[in-house]
Order: sequence, then C-alpha cells, then structure tokens
Amino acid sequence: MSENLQAVTLLTIVAESLIESRLIEDLISCGVIGWTLTPARGAGPENRRLSEVEGGNVKIEVLGSEEVTQKVWDLLSSKYFPNYAVTAWQSSVLVSRLDRYLNH
Amino acid sequence: MDFTSSLAQAGTNFVSVPVLAFLLGLISVALKADLRLPDAVYQATSIYLLFAIGLKGGVALRAADPAEVLAPIGVALLLGVVIPLIAFAVLRYVTNLNPVDRGAMAAHYGSTSLVTFTAAIVFLESLDIAFEGFMPTLLTVLEIPGIIVGLLLAGRYLSRNESSSQQDGWIREIIFGKSILLLGGGLIIGFLTGTQGYERVEPFFGSLFTGVLALFLLELGVLAGRRIGSVREAGIGLIAFATVFPLFAGTLGIIGGYIAGLSVGGAMILGVLCASASYIAAPAAVRLALPTANPGITLTASLGITFPFNLILGIPIYLFIAQSLEGWFA
Repeated sequence: MSENLQAVTLLTIVAESLIESRLIEDLISCGVIGWTLTPARGAGPENRRLSEVEGGNVKIEVLGSEEVTQKVWDLLSSKYFPNYAVTAWQSSVLVSRLDRYLNH
Repeated sequence: MDFTSSLAQAGTNFVSVPVLAFLLGLISVALKADLRLPDAVYQATSIYLLFAIGLKGGVALRAADPAEVLAPIGVALLLGVVIPLIAFAVLRYVTNLNPVDRGAMAAHYGSTSLVTFTAAIVFLESLDIAFEGFMPTLLTVLEIPGIIVGLLLAGRYLSRNESSSQQDGWIREIIFGKSILLLGGGLIIGFLTGTQGYERVEPFFGSLFTGVLALFLLELGVLAGRRIGSVREAGIGLIAFATVFPLFAGTLGIIGGYIAGLSVGGAMILGVLCASASYIAAPAAVRLALPTANPGITLTASLGITFPFNLILGIPIYLFIAQSLEGWFA
C-alpha cells in the first residue's frame, strides 16, 4: 500500500478566529486549493487577542507544493505575524493521490 | 422624584434575575469554576438577542408616527458622532494612552452595548415605566457612527504601512457585520410583519427573552470577571474615565432625548445607549482596522469596568437623572 504514498508539504496555521475570512481569501490568492479548518483553543506569548469575546482560535491546515506554501509564509510574515495572534508550522506528510493537492 | 423611591427602584434592579446571573458569573471566576456557555450556545444566544430586539422594535416602528421617530433618530446620529469626539479629547488628559489606543477607546464608547440597553428595558418594564417602542431603531442607529469616528480619529496617527492594511474594506465589514445585519434585518422583518405576524413568534422571541438574557449575562459575568484582574493595572485615569464618562455621556443622551421629544423612559434609554460601551461589535472592528491598538486596555475598560458599572449602578442612576431633569423640559 505504502508505495502509492508521496510527500507533500503540510502547513498548519493557528490564528484568532476574527481574521478567518480574510486569511482564507489570502490563502486562495496564494494558490491554495483546499484547506481544513477546526476550532482551536490555547494560549500564546502575546495574549493581545480578543478570542474570549470573539469565538476563540481556528486551526487551518493546508496541503500544497513547496512553491505555494512559500508564498503563504511570505504573506504571513508581511501581513499577519506583525499584527495578529497567529502561529504556523510546516511539516512533510505522505498522501495518496498527490495530484489533488498541486496546482495544475 | 424623592430619593427613597429612587432607592426602591434601584433595589428592583439589584434583585432581577439577569443582574444576579451576571454576579454569579463574576463570582464563579473568583471561585475558579468554569460556568462559560459552550461557544455555539453563546453565539446562538447573541443572535437570538439581536434578532429579538430588532423584531420587537420593527413592530413598534410600524405603529409609530414617522414624525415622532425622525427627531430622535437625528439626535441619536449626532450623539453617535459627538460622544466619541469628546471621549477622544478627554482621554488625552486623564490617561497616557497613545492616539491609536485613544481612537480605539473612542470607538468602544461611541458605540453601544446591546445587553445594557436590554437590561434597561427589562428594568423599566419591571417598574411599569412606559417608553417608546421604537427605541431599538436608535440602538441600531447608534451602533455604527461611534466606531467609524473612533477609527478615523486613530487612523490619522497610523503609519503609512499600517493605514494601508486599515483600508482593507473595514467600513464594509463594520456596516455589514453580524450585529447590524441581525438588528437591522430584525427591524425590517418586524416592520413588514406587524403585530399580527409577530404574535406567531412572540412565545419564542418575547416570552423567553428575559430568560435568554439571564443566560447571556451569566456568560458576560464570566468574561467581565476575567477582565477584573487587569483593572488594577489599568491605572486610576482609565478607571475614572470608565465610570465618570458614562455618567456624563448618559446625561447628554437624556438631555438629547428630551430635546427630541422622548418620554422619561425613552430619554432614560437613550441615556443608557450613550453611556454604554461596546464590547462585541467595536472590539472586532478595532481589531481588524487598528491591529496595533491594545485590546487589553479597551476591553478591560468597556467590559471589565463600564459594563458592570452601568448594569448594576448606572441603570437606576440614569432613570434618576431622567426623572430629575424631566421638569426642565416639560
């Protein structure tokens, strides 16, 4: 079974839920094709967010090519990290049907 | 209005279920118990309250004489612009906040609090004091201008880089935010459906209303309680502002209400609207448009100080002021 699996980049972003819709619009403009979004709870070092009034955090998981995820990193660094409660990490994961996650 | 009967009126407020539920929420934080509503329930109760208030206001608006409504709307709009301007100026002298944080504060204090408004209505109803049924229209009208004025005031002090992210469609996001769509949509639906249509949904949106409000206040008690810890760090200037400014703005609203021809109850509610500070719509708008402003300061002031102050002491005080000033405008 495992011979069908191929590596792809998984980028996980946790952000205050207030910016969810903006962030997703921006992800799409970076070439992201799909994502998984789940509500998340936690604490961060800055604690400047409003999450307790505005509905907590969201965790957004994106699978994509190196090129797309690099664009997302650039976007996060320029627009989101300086202003909002956002954290992100990247890992390499194995998927089947790799085509689904890459731009054509 | 003699002082003893004012105290008796205030007593009605202290022992109402919504106010006591708020206190229970506050106490639960001190006891480290978790009484928070599940997030989905919190969202649902806030939708319910906004929509129910709008609906009821729309039904009353239809029954009202248009001439009787226009002057209060005009006065409310004016107050919505003037109050944040005054707040912005006053904060410069009583606190050492930077201009962006002062703009954020002005946005919070220029906008209104649905729950304070609702608690004032429940209070007046418990005392059988009449007020104009179209008051939710004024709540809707007063919700937005203060936020926009506050953001514009702060916007002048943003660096070019910050203001470019500010222009990212924030006015659209504020105007078509959840609270305005639900309140305004409720008003229109109530207006279209009239008394007959409202009767069919009254058991849900009318009879259950105070109970749902009590649940929502339990939640707000918890949220306010979590803020109380940071009140001590806020500084005496901010604490003074968060309690004295509502009294000033409330009195301004009451006078405006009388000038616009409102009754004692109506003038008192307009006073409450002016005195209250937003802790839902304004924080969200400010967070998006002024990300460098510190929500710790504004939310501590609006939710940790002004909201409990208005809910417990302010509401009876505004009624007392309205009753005391009535003679001047009769």
